[in-house]
Amino acid sequence: MAKRIDVTGLTAYYGTHKAIDDISMHVEPMSVTAFIGPSGCGKSTFLRTLNRMHEVTPGGRVEGKVLLDDEDLYGPGVDPVSVRRTVGMVFQRPNPFPTMSIYDNVAAGLRLNGSYRKSELDDIVEKNLRGANLWNEVKDRLNKPGSGLSGGQQQRLCIARATAVEPEVLLMDEPCSALDPISTLAIEDLIGQLKSTFTIVIVTHNMQQAARVSDRTAFFNLAAVGQPGKLIEIGDTDRIFSNPTVRATEDYISGRFG
Amino acid sequence: MGTPATAPRKNTVRLGDRVFSGLSKGSGIALLVIMAAIAVFLTIRAAIAIAHNEGNFLTTFQWDANASPPVFGIAVLLFGTVVSSVIAMTLAVPVAIGIALFISHYAPRRLAGIIGYVVDLLAAVPSIIYGLWGALFLVPHMTGLFDWLDRFFGWTGIFAYDGTPARSLMTVGILLAIMILPIITSVTREVFKQTPKAHEEAALALGATRWEVIRMTVLPFGRSGIISASMLGLGRALGETMAVATVLSPSFLINASLLESGGGTFAQNIASQFKEAGSMGRDALIASGLVLFVLTLLVNGAARLIIARRKEYSGSL
Repeated sequence: MAKRIDVTGLTAYYGTHKAIDDISMHVEPMSVTAFIGPSGCGKSTFLRTLNRMHEVTPGGRVEGKVLLDDEDLYGPGVDPVSVRRTVGMVFQRPNPFPTMSIYDNVAAGLRLNGSYRKSELDDIVEKNLRGANLWNEVKDRLNKPGSGLSGGQQQRLCIARATAVEPEVLLMDEPCSALDPISTLAIEDLIGQLKSTFTIVIVTHNMQQAARVSDRTAFFNLAAVGQPGKLIEIGDTDRIFSNPTVRATEDYISGRFG
Repeated sequence: MGTPATAPRKNTVRLGDRVFSGLSKGSGIALLVIMAAIAVFLTIRAAIAIAHNEGNFLTTFQWDANASPPVFGIAVLLFGTVVSSVIAMTLAVPVAIGIALFISHYAPRRLAGIIGYVVDLLAAVPSIIYGLWGALFLVPHMTGLFDWLDRFFGWTGIFAYDGTPARSLMTVGILLAIMILPIITSVTREVFKQTPKAHEEAALALGATRWEVIRMTVLPFGRSGIISASMLGLGRALGETMAVATVLSPSFLINASLLESGGGTFAQNIASQFKEAGSMGRDALIASGLVLFVLTLLVNGAARLIIARRKEYSGSL
């Protein structure tokens, strides 16, 4: 069910401002690809073009092609709503629906797609909470609001919510940046397990994290503030961290940046 | 020499702090005193009138407070006030939520600004203007709607209509709906705008359509705001005086049909009768005012109860 992503010549704008310029890459199915780079280099923007969330921002528009296996996400007649049902997303700050219980948060996406019997829903909720390593912590309070959980638990709840609709691809936008080290470790372990089912793309500011969780790493950079971000290089994580081909990558990962 | 370094510093109270704390304490106390004074005044005067009343204060369909002995009852007023406010709320709340959602989530920014401005402008129109417009425009133009209601729903009795001028509780309710629309709209609009982007994006990323985003995040998040806004509107509808007095042709009858002329509300009755009332008449009107006061308190209390019951899900973290 995991799918391959092929991006060709992708450029994204905020109004007249070009945020990322002419990016091409492919993402292997059932692998973890990490995006690293300095703030403002457009890695989050690029991530958001992969499930058509970029155009939700006022003035946001995109040129270029994103193929999910053979389907062009920006093709004519493609409904962004159905794209987002196949390409799930986890955000920087944990954002469970505060007005819903833990159970309802996980079931939220399913209820959008159709009607399920209670027993079916129970099974799916349990399976995904287990998949997010959260079941044992919340099984006795499924009907309590999700906002009562700790930050790390909330983020795992958000992951369970995203996986419950069985997407092909899971996008993660700095999923650990608001979490403490122990919760971060829990999420990283989880990412390792999830890649057996999903294609995962993760944006991170933490280079150790990229090295720990990803199979391939893409380095983004921008020439100067206000300039569009570009993809500098992409390759196997081991290779990028031990033997980058571009000088800027080496400077960035060794901390000599700027 | 001098003071040793370890001496405790004198705990000085600064003048600004003292003035401000005095000011806020004073304002708080003043509020309580004023509320108590209003309640005591209303209760004493009301008690005098009710003690002399020959009719039943709650059930008599009559208002002859100046006669001796005085005979008066609030049944018609309570019915008229509640019914016209219920009509107003039924019509205004859904429309106001619709306008607020359109402004906050659907309309292009320029258009949203213009509509928001017009809605705020509606709130600034004095109620006597609404009353004049209601009496001179709305009343003659209601007959068409009322005939239609009578043809299809007349059999219920509630919507029976005999073609007389439409100075009825229904017309009053519609006028009140228009009057409370702006306040409900602008309060709910502000609440909807404050829905956290993170929640809306979470819903979008799950593959929610725009309406589903609103249903999953905006409406639940704005729930207590919608209730508060409705209560503000209801408060205005319950107490509206001039507009009702101008449109309604008052009578001390309860019509089965909402479309028939007649009926009355607390505020309208006080405004219409106060000038001609003698001392007993005024006390009787004050007694009816006290009932309106209690009614408003009850409505507000109920609203608070609804909001408090789901506090942990309110979304305000």
